Amino acid sequence: MKNIDLKNLSVKKAHDAMIKGEFSALDLAEAYLEQIKKVDPEIHAYLEVYGDVKEQAKKADEKIKAGKATLLTGIPIAVKDNILIKGRIASSASKILEGYKATYDATAISKLKEEGVVFLGRVNMDEFAMGGSTENSAYGVTKNPHDTLRVSGGSSGGSAAAVAMNGALVSLGSDTGGSVRQPASLCGIVGLKPTYGSISRHGLMAMGSSLDQIGPLGKTVTDVEILFNAIKGKDSKDSTSISDKTYLPKKISGKPVIGVPREFLKGPGINPEVLKNFNEALEKFEKLGFKVVDVKLPNISYSLPVYYIVMPAEVSSNTSRFDGVKYGLLKEGKDLMGDYLKSRAEGFGSEVRRRIILGTYVLSAGYYDAYYNRAIALRRLITEDFIKAFNDVDVILTPTAPSPAFKIGEKITDPLQLYLEDIFTVTANLTGMPAISLPSGFTSDSPALPLGIQMTARHGEEELLFNIGKTFLNEL
Amino acid sequence: MITDKDINKLADLARLGLSDAEKQKLQKDVGSILAYVDQIKSAPVEIDTKGRVGAIKNVMREDEVLNETGSNTEALLSEAPKRDGQYLKVKKILGSSDSFEI
Repeated sequence: MKNIDLKNLSVKKAHDAMIKGEFSALDLAEAYLEQIKKVDPEIHAYLEVYGDVKEQAKKADEKIKAGKATLLTGIPIAVKDNILIKGRIASSASKILEGYKATYDATAISKLKEEGVVFLGRVNMDEFAMGGSTENSAYGVTKNPHDTLRVSGGSSGGSAAAVAMNGALVSLGSDTGGSVRQPASLCGIVGLKPTYGSISRHGLMAMGSSLDQIGPLGKTVTDVEILFNAIKGKDSKDSTSISDKTYLPKKISGKPVIGVPREFLKGPGINPEVLKNFNEALEKFEKLGFKVVDVKLPNISYSLPVYYIVMPAEVSSNTSRFDGVKYGLLKEGKDLMGDYLKSRAEGFGSEVRRRIILGTYVLSAGYYDAYYNRAIALRRLITEDFIKAFNDVDVILTPTAPSPAFKIGEKITDPLQLYLEDIFTVTANLTGMPAISLPSGFTSDSPALPLGIQMTARHGEEELLFNIGKTFLNEL
Repeated sequence: MITDKDINKLADLARLGLSDAEKQKLQKDVGSILAYVDQIKSAPVEIDTKGRVGAIKNVMREDEVLNETGSNTEALLSEAPKRDGQYLKVKKILGSSDSFEI
């Protein structure tokens, strides 16, 4: 077997090496399989490593030999367990969909198949993407590769850990309130939540349909950019998908201006090391020649409560399809109603049940105006605040998460405490704007824990996020 | 405040057959989450239920079958927990002594 330096490998390096014949897609796939075998028993990023990885790699090698390779041909990818690949299991880390085989490809997956990527396997997550630590997976927690006593974040914890442990070169996750960015931050890698609609949601299991986006994760901004460009685009199978022309990027003269909502960062519950690291990141940006200014977002403190009304409302609607009739688990009761009650109670985990009840409450007659309609109105106000702020600045910077990776079991008993993890990330889902998490250093703990910063831009301005991100991480 | 009666009704509406112990736990959890999200009640905002305006507009298409009839039938039906040939099988609905109220 070839000795490949997976730690320092990027998509471009791997592509060049495969084109030059330094190693083949099969060599690369075998190197990743070996690494997974070595480290995954401890980390538990993967729910399943596919049995046909080598066959996929051989096909990629044929494509390379035929001179038809694209940047992603032969690149080994891990896929979150809620994204459909035809004929393969997609369980959303749930019991209710245990063993469920996808009957079609998600649009993002069809696009990757055309590129000739190598799907290594499906990776762990919080059940139906509900959670921030993978502790809600029905199949056990994914540990943080930097400190195995701690969580990898979530809900795309498997996607982040797989890349951080060098068990995949890049991965796909999904982000409804921070589920790509927060685990990326906790695992020390890059994660993007794109503009709402830029990547088709066709074949992504729905959680909060007005908030959900598939997002790429990788070790570098360039890797994330390559993956994003390969899977984005208008799709006739997702009527909310957008084209490059939906939002026209603003012409920026000179260096982009960075806005910081300082008032918002004064709130309690933010770890002092996170704040210190964030301020160091701001100094670095200033040294790089960026102008950093304060920005006012008057209603931003309502983002988290608004999110925890809108999201469960959509969850309660989206999960109604699980009835023990069409697919998934059936637990039989005395009649059809009994089948529903039993299948859903036994098939869903406790966090999913909690959100269904919460969503049913905020949508029920008598409370609809006070909660759901009010939240929708505030969501619009928050979006308008951001649009206004972007008249004066080009990106808005915050930490990605209020704390570094926490200990397994530390927060899971108090749902509200875990919800507070999403405080900085939910705004991008409410506004539909793109946001990226960049690794920004480590805590002074031993072992040191990764920290991340989050940059949000106007709708459709992923390219600006990539450019500034590359500058910050010295990728240029 | 969420009452016992509320939780029972919500569980029925959501088709979740929950144990008493879980209902009690949910009552506490949902109560504390609602106490947190209640802060939006003091937010300076007018509720406007008229059209939602944004860059994304509704997309219409012809109502037509895009795939060959029957091409997905077997794959879809094979995921059903109970089937009878080309049908999904469920328990009797009409005329059952179902006293379930919502």
